[in-house]
Amino acid sequence: MVSTRSTTDGQGSTDGVVRDDRRLSTWRGIVRQYDYWWTVYKRTWKGSVVTSFASPLFYVLAMGVLLGGFVHVSPSRLEGATSYLAFIVPGLIAAQAMQTAMFETTYPVMGALKWHKSFYAQLASPLEARDLANAMLVFTLCRIGATCGVYFLVMAPFGVFASWWGPVLAWLATMLVGMAFATWTFAFSAHIRSEASFGLIFRLGLIPLFLFSGSFFPITNLGPVLEWVARLTPLWHGVNLTRMLCLDHVDGSTALVNSVVLLAVMGSGWWVAARSLARRVAT
Amino acid sequence: MTDVRTPTSAAATSSPLRPLEGTRLLVLRNYVTYKSAWKLFLTGFLEPVFYLFSIGIGVGKLIHAFDLNGHAIPYAEFVAPGMLAASAFNGALMDSTFNVFFKLRYEHLYDQMLVTPLTTSDIARGEIIWGQLRGASYSLAFLVVMWAMGLVHSWWALLAFPATLLIGFAFSAVCMGLTTWMTSWQDFDKITLVQLPLFLFSGTFFPVTAFHGVLRWVVEATPLYRGVVLCRELTTGVISWESGVSVVYLVLMGAIGLLVVRRRLDSLLLT
Amino acid sequence: MPDPTSPDQTGEAMISARELRKSFTSREGVTVEAVKGIDIDVRRGEAFGFLGPNGAGKSSTMRMIAAVSPVSGGELRILGMDPSEHGPAIRSRLGVCPQEDTLDNELNVFDNLYIYGRYFGIPKREVRERAEELLDFVQLTEKARSKVEDLSGGMKRRLTIARSLINRPEILLLDEPTTGLDPQARHVLWDRLFRLKQQGVTLVITTHYMDEAEQLCDRLVVMDRGVIAAEGSPLDLIRQHSTREVAELRFPVGDHDPTAEKIADLGERVEVLPDRILVYSEDGEHVLEQVHERGLRPVATLVRRSTLEDVFLRLTGRTLVD
Repeated sequence: MVSTRSTTDGQGSTDGVVRDDRRLSTWRGIVRQYDYWWTVYKRTWKGSVVTSFASPLFYVLAMGVLLGGFVHVSPSRLEGATSYLAFIVPGLIAAQAMQTAMFETTYPVMGALKWHKSFYAQLASPLEARDLANAMLVFTLCRIGATCGVYFLVMAPFGVFASWWGPVLAWLATMLVGMAFATWTFAFSAHIRSEASFGLIFRLGLIPLFLFSGSFFPITNLGPVLEWVARLTPLWHGVNLTRMLCLDHVDGSTALVNSVVLLAVMGSGWWVAARSLARRVAT
Repeated sequence: MTDVRTPTSAAATSSPLRPLEGTRLLVLRNYVTYKSAWKLFLTGFLEPVFYLFSIGIGVGKLIHAFDLNGHAIPYAEFVAPGMLAASAFNGALMDSTFNVFFKLRYEHLYDQMLVTPLTTSDIARGEIIWGQLRGASYSLAFLVVMWAMGLVHSWWALLAFPATLLIGFAFSAVCMGLTTWMTSWQDFDKITLVQLPLFLFSGTFFPVTAFHGVLRWVVEATPLYRGVVLCRELTTGVISWESGVSVVYLVLMGAIGLLVVRRRLDSLLLT
Repeated sequence: MPDPTSPDQTGEAMISARELRKSFTSREGVTVEAVKGIDIDVRRGEAFGFLGPNGAGKSSTMRMIAAVSPVSGGELRILGMDPSEHGPAIRSRLGVCPQEDTLDNELNVFDNLYIYGRYFGIPKREVRERAEELLDFVQLTEKARSKVEDLSGGMKRRLTIARSLINRPEILLLDEPTTGLDPQARHVLWDRLFRLKQQGVTLVITTHYMDEAEQLCDRLVVMDRGVIAAEGSPLDLIRQHSTREVAELRFPVGDHDPTAEKIADLGERVEVLPDRILVYSEDGEHVLEQVHERGLRPVATLVRRSTLEDVFLRLTGRTLVD
């Protein structure tokens, strides 16, 4: 091992870092960025209050409470929900998970590559593209967890949950939905060169998914063909799983399918995201 | 990049521009930069259509007809004009806040324009007209969609088109004025805090009867509610004196906004 | 003056490249060869410079040495290791000061150092100590709690250098370290780099400022269009590729070409520029005497020593590259 030199005046060459030739483990790669992301969080959480908490509450009030006041149908037409509010809340939380995930992995990724170039600064350290992707995705997971967690807590007094354990499991489900979107959006953001494409994926991806994946109305209202299209979207799997858990109307096999689909989308997305970033920074 | 100013630059060298020319130049500049973003332009039109299909049709299957001035109106017909007005509102808001802020504070585009014969009035008018051009094409397309879906039953609906222009103008002017007071992107959270409640609670998705007492009175006094009512009475053909109130309200709002914008740009840029 | 390159020949190889190549496909689908087979050896404690016009391949080479850009061909060893296999291990012993500042504008000065240090796995207490020391070293102690946005260009550069030293690197890579700085800031920076060199840090510098290269570098290569055009100490290069002195003569406009013919034999080389004639010679004053003896009356004259700039322009040409 080569001895290291002090670069500052009058200092001995003590060096606390163990230097080895192996790559960093996945875990260490993430942990080394903990301080960075914690600082980012402390700095930005206030700014996210409006988008993460106020906006969803407006939707709950407008659509769930006020518009819901005009909905008088039997629970069988609302997938077992006793009120439109109880129907829409799980859907809105799942959709919020998707939205948070996509916001956290679009402009921030572009910024780290193109504007403030923090990825390039980090790459000059022992960290690799894989580590950067991992840490950012874990951070996104925490954001989704926090946002959806608060959402569930605020909704509890509205009497829309059928059990106490349902929302707890549903909370995990929303994190799964969020990560299914975060990983693929990250991969996309690392690939594209211009932020103009974000406008397109919000308008052609996020908004149609938000509006047609069963958050606002049962997808059977779409007619047989579109219903099947909706069933193919990851958000529907997330909305359905979250709603079944919240309403305590769980169908075992459907829940299993929903979970497996979301896990598969997330797993493959994570792999693609790391590769996409590695390819981007190598050129 | 092509030089769009070549044809007029010869005339512009010595004499100040006439207002119309100045405005035209700014619109032309925006057009040239926007040409490459045609995908964004096309997809922008889709947003209100998506909302119409989702809420109007999807949620509409769960809702019985609403009452409008004594007439029963199917839910989709009720939501569609709301989306028409809201889309004009959203478009105007985005154009006159985000875009103007970026040009004002980051691109320093207006500083660069004011060293030429252009004036602050040209800039204000140019930006608003530009926003209107885009908004107008969206409104027209949306009206065609409504007509094709059988959601329009009256010739009055033709007047809904100028009504959306009026909504766009009123909001463009006021929002552009507000933008001149903004200093950082964080301020846009405040915009979202106003925009989203207006969009959701201005009688767009459910009648104002959902509110009671003072709250109802407040909603009826908000500008987007006036716009929604105007559009709804026109597309359904159920006209009442409320439309007249709306027109006067929006015209006044736009005129005041325009005045403020000019003052503010003068004090910000001509120092 | 003694040849400064000779003592280094025995030193330990920090960086060695053989037939090193880099090519990539541009967005238009065209394959660009940025580096076309270069050989380099940098030894411990040396200050090594890459000179060259824009697009010469300096930055591509630097990125390969920083172990962030894969090698397209040839062989590269940094600290004896292959960057494709031991990237993280190499980077943990390198300091990189990129051409564009990549500081985190939202963090304050101290946190920029602290958080960066954590990427290297340095314990928290240790990073804090080092950050304090480095701020002192780059004279930014008073600015520790300031926002990066509020720093001047020179301060930002010094902070970037401090950041690149947080892991006590054995090799420090500096890409255009003083571009865009005012003369005061440049001199402060040179002073700091000189002290690092004295402490035994190996410096690898790219620049297109000739005075900077002469100030800082023991040895340098001139790169042009992806290949090495010349190599040696600044003095060697001047000796090999230019004369000791240059006489600059200005004549009335339009007289340059006919005049140049008359004095073509006075120097080793005569160069006609739009505004003056350059005569490269061992003795500039003698050239002037000869010019006067031939009855020519220049409007203005200047005799100066040859600089690295003369070498650079001779080797890479006067036309703009991009």
